[in-house]
Amino acid sequence: MATSIEQQAKGKKDGEIRYLTPLNIETTKAKKYCRFKRSGIKYVDYKDPNFLMGFVNEQGKLLPRRLTGTSLKFQRKVATAVKRARHLALMPYVGDLLK
Amino acid sequence: MNNYETVFILNPVLSDEQIKETVKKYEDFLVSRGAEMVAKEDWGLKKLAYPIQHKKSGFYHLFEFKAPGEVIEPLELEFRRDERMMRYLTVKLDKYAIEWAEKRRKRNKEKA
Repeated sequence: MATSIEQQAKGKKDGEIRYLTPLNIETTKAKKYCRFKRSGIKYVDYKDPNFLMGFVNEQGKLLPRRLTGTSLKFQRKVATAVKRARHLALMPYVGDLLK
Repeated sequence: MNNYETVFILNPVLSDEQIKETVKKYEDFLVSRGAEMVAKEDWGLKKLAYPIQHKKSGFYHLFEFKAPGEVIEPLELEFRRDERMMRYLTVKLDKYAIEWAEKRRKRNKEKA
């Protein structure tokens, strides 16, 4: 909604910051979703390190569900898959600037 | 009979012949104990994500087979005794894993 400078200034003291054009900040965040549920993947393959790389950070640590949006059921499967991949040296246990 | 999948890493200093011989040995070992091979894959010489036994690469092999549960213990014992073997992992496949394995095989075939 466009407001004039006078309208914005209403009820404000002199010297307070006013904007010439009203700010339009998007406040609704994109809803997180579980990519396994959405695309119908039922098995997390430990033999595919490229895919599993999406679930670890630069140091090779597992990312929390809170960040990836993975459902609990699949987070557990991702965790075992990553651990298996590490055992087979497909993925590192520790890393530096992996991505 | 259960479905299993095993991936193992062979020492990179072995010659092609030694590798073939080792792979053959384990295949025969499984078959002689009543296992049925479903698929074999040779991933070739791959770089390891971290050094194992001071080696930076290894020959990867994958076996997928149907076998009674009793053969796994002697197979892994054999793996542990074998110094050509750097790492191994045996996994029992559930119904989703079998489905995925078939899909993966088909996709690899198309690529090749």
